[in-house]
Amino acid sequence: MLSKKNKGILFNPLSKNNPVVVQVLGICSVLAVTAKLEPALVMGISVIAVLAFSNVIISLIRNTIPNNIRIIVQLVVVAALVIIVDQILKAYTYEVSKALSVFIGLIITNCILMGRLEAFALSNKPWPAFLDGVGNGLGYAIILVIVGFFRELLGSGSLMGCKVIPQSFYDMGYMDNGLMILPPMALITVACIIWVQRSRDKDLQEK
Amino acid sequence: MPGGKFAKLQSVFEGFETFLFTPDTTRKTGVHVHDSIDLKRTMIIVVISLIPALLFGMFNVGYQHYLAIGTEATVMEKFAYGLVAMLPSIVVSYTVGLGIEFIAAQIRGHEIQEGFLVSGILIPMICPIDTPVWMIAVATAFAVVFAKEVFGGTGMNIWNVALIARAVLFFGYPSKMSGDAVFVATEPVLGLGKGTVVDGFSGATPLGQVATATSEPLSITGVTGEPIGLYDAFIGLIPGSVGEVSALCILIGGAILLYTGIASWKVMVSVFAGGFVMGTVCNMFATPVYPASMLSAVEQICYGGFAFAAVFMATDPVTGARTETGKYIYGFLVGVFAILIRVYNGGYPEGAMLAVLLMNTFAPLIDYCVVQSNIRRRLNRVKK
Repeated sequence: MLSKKNKGILFNPLSKNNPVVVQVLGICSVLAVTAKLEPALVMGISVIAVLAFSNVIISLIRNTIPNNIRIIVQLVVVAALVIIVDQILKAYTYEVSKALSVFIGLIITNCILMGRLEAFALSNKPWPAFLDGVGNGLGYAIILVIVGFFRELLGSGSLMGCKVIPQSFYDMGYMDNGLMILPPMALITVACIIWVQRSRDKDLQEK
Repeated sequence: MPGGKFAKLQSVFEGFETFLFTPDTTRKTGVHVHDSIDLKRTMIIVVISLIPALLFGMFNVGYQHYLAIGTEATVMEKFAYGLVAMLPSIVVSYTVGLGIEFIAAQIRGHEIQEGFLVSGILIPMICPIDTPVWMIAVATAFAVVFAKEVFGGTGMNIWNVALIARAVLFFGYPSKMSGDAVFVATEPVLGLGKGTVVDGFSGATPLGQVATATSEPLSITGVTGEPIGLYDAFIGLIPGSVGEVSALCILIGGAILLYTGIASWKVMVSVFAGGFVMGTVCNMFATPVYPASMLSAVEQICYGGFAFAAVFMATDPVTGARTETGKYIYGFLVGVFAILIRVYNGGYPEGAMLAVLLMNTFAPLIDYCVVQSNIRRRLNRVKK
């Protein structure tokens, strides 16, 4: 089940081939949904689900898709899955779904999805395609959660909506940094992650 | 000189050895001819030209404070209060900024550049006196790392480092950077200036009052409600960030910069021209909907940080336009945008910071257009 090759497919996207910090895909939603940790987490799980299942479906029907219209077929599959996810979120976590607003719908246009479908699912069997989807989704979700963690902690003093910075800090004059809530700091936080990763992993450094 | 016991700390050693001057030890081989003006001397002249505004700013901090608590005090007492209130910010800004510079130079094996000497004094000067020192430390660290070191250090930055520090404070901690509670120090410092605030006290800056004004004509008042006019604003006896209050002292500093040739008169003059033109235009279409449009062009230039931005921020040669024609365009647009933001954006009573940062971003584009049009002009000449 998890041969050496499959393990690579699953775990490489977590660090060495991360879709966000190495391939720099899907940045738009990273900037938009990470002001708080909870939406970031939900968004990450949604992308994992959509990516994994669309990879499997496309992989199953890969031999029957005419080459000329493959993009349309991929879009239909992804759109269907996104609508399902969107409806589930609306039903069970309405508040988070409102916070994510259009960005769940915009998973359709997330470059990571089309990229994986084109590059992997169209030419691989369903099981590796599933692992690839989960791996890339996880790689995306990890970055989202890291960014969301720091932005909510420094910007609102809370995590998952609970205050974690004690009141005594505020009494001594500490203040939450409003800039962390604004989109520029998401970009800078991602840049810091890239910085840390590149300085740990010499292979990724560009000359 | 390789080999010594502390060879690894060479850049730190060199930094102290050559602090503010280049030592007169010369090479034994080969001759190097230098202009007498180098980076170190440029930086120290800018610091000298900031001193009038700094000293007056300190005095004004004390002046406003004693006015607010309704106590008589001598000039020296007022100055002492301002000095003591101001000193922690300066020390923190220098310690944090230079600390990062030293570490960065050490990691890269570069010489330590004096670039931060100017930024370090600018940062406390463009902040309200009541800004907590830890905020200054955070903003300075952020600005030095993300606006300067990541681009390659002194001379490589795209945006003015001091203004980035201020922008971080402005967007990160808006309640400490605007409003009417931060520009006048009301607490005693080290036992100096004890007393309670008098009735009717308001610490709003003139532009802050204008932005929230509802009645016509505009009435701008000092901290105890006495009216203040253009003369007070020119001399600098108004509430505001430490360095920006006195147009007169800023102009003295500007004169030093121009006399020594450090700053470009083209930038400086065109910023004032841009501000004057835009101020006049706004004033022609004055409406109570945008209260700041009721200020005359001269008032626009004297109030707030406009003069400071024109003299010390826009003239930064690193972040400004470098072509000679570009300097006119760059400066003019800084002036125009400063007034434009101030008048038509209700959220920002002061636009000088944002205007300079915006034009910093566009300076390379201006240079590119100027160079390209020059090339095109000369090519046309060849074709004929």
